[in-house]
Amino acid sequence: MSAMVNVVRSFFLVELLSGMGMTFRYMFRKRRTLNYPYEKGPLSPRFRGEHALRRYPSGEERCIACKLCEAVCPALAITIEAEPRDDGSRRATRYDIDMTKCIYCGLCQEACPVDAIVEGPNFEFATETREELYYNKEKLLANGDRWEAEIAANIAADAAQR
Amino acid sequence: MVELWTAIALPGLWIVAKVLMIVVPLLVAVAYLTLFERKVMAAMQLRMGPNIVGPWGLWQPFADGLKMFVKETVVPTNSNRVVFLIAPMLTFILALVAWAVIPFGEGLVLANLNVGILYLFAVSSLGVYGIIMAGWASNSRYAFLGALRSAAQMVSYEVSMGFVIVTVLLVVGSLNLSDIVLAQQGVWFVFPLLPMAVVFFISALAETNRHPFDLPEAESELVAGYQVEYSAMTFGLFFLGEYANMIMMSGMTAILFLGGWLPPMDIVPFTWIPGPIWLALKVTALLFVFVWVRATFPRYRYDQLMRLGWKVFLPLSLLWVVLTAGALVAFDWLP
Repeated sequence: MSAMVNVVRSFFLVELLSGMGMTFRYMFRKRRTLNYPYEKGPLSPRFRGEHALRRYPSGEERCIACKLCEAVCPALAITIEAEPRDDGSRRATRYDIDMTKCIYCGLCQEACPVDAIVEGPNFEFATETREELYYNKEKLLANGDRWEAEIAANIAADAAQR
Repeated sequence: MVELWTAIALPGLWIVAKVLMIVVPLLVAVAYLTLFERKVMAAMQLRMGPNIVGPWGLWQPFADGLKMFVKETVVPTNSNRVVFLIAPMLTFILALVAWAVIPFGEGLVLANLNVGILYLFAVSSLGVYGIIMAGWASNSRYAFLGALRSAAQMVSYEVSMGFVIVTVLLVVGSLNLSDIVLAQQGVWFVFPLLPMAVVFFISALAETNRHPFDLPEAESELVAGYQVEYSAMTFGLFFLGEYANMIMMSGMTAILFLGGWLPPMDIVPFTWIPGPIWLALKVTALLFVFVWVRATFPRYRYDQLMRLGWKVFLPLSLLWVVLTAGALVAFDWLP
C-alpha cells in the first residue's frame, strides 16, 4: 500500500512541488544581506583594526619610545629609533609598522604603558601598492588624530573589563 | 535600375528590418534574463542580487556585456583554432535562427512554415553540435567530458520530447505553429495534456542544459564543462546562446501548451491586450519557472538523469501518444 502511495506521490511530483513552494515563500521574506559599503555590521570595542598613535589632550604625543611594542611584536613588524628631544624628553625619531607583516594580535596595544599605540576600529585601509602599507610615524599619528574619538570611546567602553 | 530597386533591394531590406525587429528585442531580453535570474535567485536565497550598477542594478547586463567585449580572447595552444572559434558562433546563430518560425500573433511570423514545429525541433537538436565542437576543439579533459555528457543528455531527452510533440500534433492535425496556437482557442493544451506539458517542460530543462540537468557544465566536478577553455566574447556567445535557447524553449512550451499569443479567455479585458504581449507574459512566466527550478533543486547524478530520460519519460510519453491517439479515434475527435 505504501509503495502505491509512493508511486502516486512521485507521479504527481509532490516532493518537488513542496520544495518549490518553500523557495517561493522564501522569495518574499526579508533579505538578510548587509549592503556592505553602505551598511556595516557592529564592531566590538576590542576590535583590532588599523594601528594609530595617540596624543594627549594637550597635543603632545604619548609614545615615549620605550620599545616594549617592538620587543613584544611576534611578527617583528615594528621598528623604533629614539633620541632625547631638545626639551630632554625621550621621543621616537622613527616609528614604522610594516602592515603587511602585522598579524593584528594586539600585543603592542597590551604592552604599551602609556596607551600610545592602539589598534583602532578602522578595517578599510586596503591600498593599491605594497609601499603604502609601510606605515611611518606621521601616518600613525595622523591615524590617531583621525580616529581619536572612536578610540577613546572604545577604551572607555572596555575599561570595566580590564 | 528601378526594377532592381523594387524587385530585389526593397524586399531584401524589408526582410532585414523584420529580422532586426526580432533579434534586437531578443538580445535585450537575453541580457535582462541574466539579471532576472540573478535577482530572483537572490530573493529566494534571502540575498539582494546586483544592486550597484544603475537603479536596482538595471544596467548590470550592459556592464557584463562590456566586460566581455573588453577582455582578451584566449585560444589555447593545443586547441583546434578554427573549430574552437566556430563552435560558439554556431551555438549563438542556432539559438537565433530558431526564432524565424515563432508566431508572435495572428500572421505575425517571419516564416510561416508548414512544418514549423519540425524546423524548431531540428534547430534545437542541432544545438548539440556547437557543444560537441567546443568540447572537442578545446582539447581539454573537462571540456571533452562535458561535451560527451551534453550530447548523450540532449539525444536522450529529445526522444521523449519528440513523443510529446507527436501528441500535440495528433490533437491539432497540423505541423504549422500558427495552426497549433489557433487550435487552442477553446481550451489550452495544458489542461487536457497536463502530464505531457510537464514532461515537455522538464525535457526542455534538460535540452537547454539547465538545472537540475546542468551536468555538461557541472562546476563542482567538471569546472565548467565544455566552456572551460573559453573566455571573453567566445564565452559570451555561448552564454547568450544558452539564454536565448531558454527563451526559445519557453516560447515553444507557450505555443504548444499555453495557447501562444491567445488571451486566457476570449472576453473583453483580456482581448484588449495585443497578442505579442500575451506571448511575452507567458514566456516570462515560464522563464520564472526555469529560474525557480534552478534555485530549488540540486543537480541530478548522471545515471539518474539517464534513468529519468529513458525509463520514465520515454514510456510515459509513449503511453500518452497511444492513449491520445486511441481517444481521438474512439470518440471520432480526429481533426
